[in-house]
Amino acid sequence: MEHLSADVVACPDCDLLQRVPVLPPGGTACCARCGLVLGSNKPGSLDRSMALATGALIAFLLANMEPLMRVSVAGETSSTTILGGVQTMWLQGEKITALLVALFVFVAPALDIVFMLAVLLASRRPPAPRWVGALLRWMVLSGVWSMVGVMMLGILVSLVKISSLATVEPGIGIFAVGALVFLLAGMSAGFEPREIWSRVRWADGEGPETGR
Amino acid sequence: MTRVLLTGARAGVVQCDACGLLSRPAGPEGAGNCRRCGEMLAFRRRNPIQRTWALIIAAAICYLPANILPVMTTRTLKSVEADTILSGVVRLYESGSWVLALIILVASVMIPLGKLIALAYLLITVQLRSNRRRRERVRLYRMLKAVGRWSMLDVFVATIVVALVQLRPFMSIVPESGVMFFTAVVILTIFAAGTFDPRLIWDSGGEAGREDD
Ligand SMILES: [Zn+2]
Ligand SMILES: [Zn+2]
Repeated sequence: MEHLSADVVACPDCDLLQRVPVLPPGGTACCARCGLVLGSNKPGSLDRSMALATGALIAFLLANMEPLMRVSVAGETSSTTILGGVQTMWLQGEKITALLVALFVFVAPALDIVFMLAVLLASRRPPAPRWVGALLRWMVLSGVWSMVGVMMLGILVSLVKISSLATVEPGIGIFAVGALVFLLAGMSAGFEPREIWSRVRWADGEGPETGR
Repeated sequence: MTRVLLTGARAGVVQCDACGLLSRPAGPEGAGNCRRCGEMLAFRRRNPIQRTWALIIAAAICYLPANILPVMTTRTLKSVEADTILSGVVRLYESGSWVLALIILVASVMIPLGKLIALAYLLITVQLRSNRRRRERVRLYRMLKAVGRWSMLDVFVATIVVALVQLRPFMSIVPESGVMFFTAVVILTIFAAGTFDPRLIWDSGGEAGREDD
């Protein structure tokens, strides 16, 4: 089977064939026709992603263990975590919504962080094992459905909404969610899946070709 | 200016959806599997136009109960009030927090509706084989994919508020079935954006291989 030149790509959004040149550090290549980013050279991206993913893991644990806020009216107080909200939703009979919220703000971000750590660790020394490719594909999905940023805005809106009805006191959880939003954004912004794919062992056992 | 551009489909090479590797298709009956990651290869997503239309129509059907049915009920010692998404926005506006009202209005009403209209526009222009404003249309598509998730805002607000405001008998808030239909609209439109294939915008460019701009 004849091999296609490794630096030629087809744009995922418009299918235009083009050559992606060797990029200088910090450089980005965009599609000549539709402008989609086709690749970028992020120096030290593996180490930076690793640091941010570790930070995100800690923020994620804190965000889910510590209460988001405390509410008090006439001596009665209550507090909740994100999963506490999911549980109440379930107990009040909105089970489908409860499961989906849990999927978007707990399961998907958790998988995103764990997969990222596993992929980065496993691809330190190429060739990376085949399961790294499978995780990269799952990461596209967990990225689409992970909605921590939206949840952060939702928590702030709830805080303002409830403060008109009762006394509200923000908890550690709310700050952990805020930190998690930034760490997750940095983690995926600095991550270059093309770089990892070039290290993964091929399904047909032929690649990756060493050296370019 | 008119120039001839070579696409993967025209050159007879197919790009792996998962890992981006270019391959020559295995044969005329099927493109085979990616040599690097094993994913099934295809020049375009499967039936993108029919599938996206089906998802948009399903979302539009759910959009009605999502806006007519209440999403939450507030019980206090004095009153019981059921709120739909729109009446919730009006209540926020009347209570003086017009910034919050605007945020909820954009996330819950304008984004889902705009997404449905924009996806229908993309499908119709592809079906008419329009070759106009293709760069703008592919940008519109990317924007749709990016903003879709923000529609979940009201559902997340309901999740937090419902958990915190259970101070019986003074005040309690419970979710209502409108929440489920609203979640369905958001998820269906996210799936719809995922099944549409932006490469169709460029495939349908009238005369093959020409780029007019
Ligand atoms: Zn392109
Ligand atoms: Zn592949």
